[in-house]
Amino acid sequence: MSHDTITPVVTEAGRAKPPTMTRKRAGRRRPWGTYAVRVALVVVWLGSWELAARTVIDPFYYSMPSKVWQRLVDWFTEGTSQGSIWTNIAATLEEAVLGFVIGTLAGVVLGVVLGRSRFIADVLAPFIKGANAIPRIVLASLFVIWFGLGMSSKVATAFVLVFFAVFFNSFQGAREVDRVLVDNSRILGASRWQLMRSVILPSATSWILASMHVAFGFALIGAIVGEFTGADKGLGLLINHAQGNFDAAGIYAGMLITTVLALVAEWLITQLEVRLTSWRPPSHTASAGV
Amino acid sequence: MTQIHSTGSRPAISLNGATKRFGTKDGTPFTAIRDVTLDVAAGEFVSIVGPTGCGKSTTLSLVSGLEPASEGTVEVAGQPVTGIPDGVGYMFQADAVLPWKNVLDNVALGLRYRGVARRDADERARAWIQRVGLAGFEDRYPHQLSGGMRKRVAMAQSLITEPSVLLLDEPFGALDVQTRELMQDELLGLWSGTGAACVFVTHDLTEAITLADRVVVMTAGPATVKDIVSVDLPRPRSAEEIRLTPDFIELYKRIWDSLREEVEITRARGASRVA
Ligand SMILES: Nc1ncnc2c1ncn2[C@@H]1O[C@H](COP(=O)(O)OP(=O)(O)OP(=O)(O)O)[C@@H](O)[C@H]1O
Ligand SMILES: [Mg+2]
Repeated sequence: MSHDTITPVVTEAGRAKPPTMTRKRAGRRRPWGTYAVRVALVVVWLGSWELAARTVIDPFYYSMPSKVWQRLVDWFTEGTSQGSIWTNIAATLEEAVLGFVIGTLAGVVLGVVLGRSRFIADVLAPFIKGANAIPRIVLASLFVIWFGLGMSSKVATAFVLVFFAVFFNSFQGAREVDRVLVDNSRILGASRWQLMRSVILPSATSWILASMHVAFGFALIGAIVGEFTGADKGLGLLINHAQGNFDAAGIYAGMLITTVLALVAEWLITQLEVRLTSWRPPSHTASAGV
Repeated sequence: MTQIHSTGSRPAISLNGATKRFGTKDGTPFTAIRDVTLDVAAGEFVSIVGPTGCGKSTTLSLVSGLEPASEGTVEVAGQPVTGIPDGVGYMFQADAVLPWKNVLDNVALGLRYRGVARRDADERARAWIQRVGLAGFEDRYPHQLSGGMRKRVAMAQSLITEPSVLLLDEPFGALDVQTRELMQDELLGLWSGTGAACVFVTHDLTEAITLADRVVVMTAGPATVKDIVSVDLPRPRSAEEIRLTPDFIELYKRIWDSLREEVEITRARGASRVA
């Protein structure tokens, strides 16, 4: 079997970008014009939606910004049909974070070990490819049977989504470590573990971080899909209920909260990335910062 | 192969009929070096010259234990090389300092790997940074340094472990002429008195003669030892002055005559491959 039997595979949302594309420079100033145009775009979008819903399209199906806003205000002031909104957010967040943390750890450890061991990688390659080919969202149903309606079934769903995203990237990252850096450290007397800590992991960090951006989104998806399948609280449950009641505004409101959570997590991961990669030369190519 | 140089005690490095073959995709092994026999005494400085791609780096990788020999024996300090021997330092052809560690941590790396306590290691690293002329740059990352400064970091990184065998693979190849001469002088200064056996690979004959006690000429690949020329020029040497002396010019001609044939063979091969 050739040496590259395990390669990063395109996952649901497309595999994480190669490291160079996600480099961001902290503290770069954007001209005010950029912000102004962005705000204008949002105003135009929401304004035309509201206008259309009040004139031509049916707000029963498509809802409208003012109704979504009203639903959000209701949820936060009076609570939801499933209890306090904060309890539901906390439940989803807890599941997603747990799944994310466990999935990332497992993905990094297994990815790095396989990335550095040709033999184990060759042995496990077909199994991993097979596991990756399973439609993982369907597993959510299975997990509800295995682990019940509580938190663990959602954590498990988040875990499987996160794990593969992180695994393939850290595998690739560990494999692409510059040979001469490894040789140099070995000559300087590094043990296996020291080599791992001081050379392999730092070198794979940009790959791993790139996958983490996508992975938290996956963790949220996992948690919410899990809740959709069967739960007693959480944002997925709220959205499911809204769907059952033909409450389009409720679905949008749930989506909006989820999006905010994802953006906050994205910001946190970016902070981590900036900290961990402060040694890097400023990159001149990453201009868009998307 | 006759050994011109021999000392009473056992050599620091001893290659005997060393051959290295690499496996290739199409299955036929590729011979990188063949039947290399060479002894280097402790405290001796040997330069290796040879046409590009002939197998100089491969020879060093056998001595360092990074690659096992396919045939023949390789010994360091009288012990057969299996794995990386104790007391070997290696300055690689490519940049090998860790880009995510600053100068201080890079220089201290070898000591930290060997379990020296952080404070102690840092103190010794600072002393070495001073010796290679980088005081004040301890907190810089490699990408914030010039090419010459990175080589100084690599030099301090290798020397801090006080190797008894020092392998240098075209360490100054990428530097401008002035910086290179400066670094040559500094290397000689740092090496003299350490008693380390040095093997220095270079393309630059002037550099080879300036530094060495003996210059080894390798044949076109797969390389073997073609010629060994003793350089009996007095030490301490200065890179700038020594190359103007008649003895030096004489040596240069002699070694170049030997090397030129091999370079031409290599060139002809390259041309026929292109044609
Ligand atoms: N790991 C390897 N696998 C296969 N072939 C190799 C390997 N390492 C080196 N070679 C081949 O062995 C030959 C000698 O390589 P080596 O790097 O030792 O040359 P060199 O004399 O150091 O060249 P240069 O002066 O350009 O650095 C080359 O033809 C190279 O392609
Ligand atoms: Mg070389």
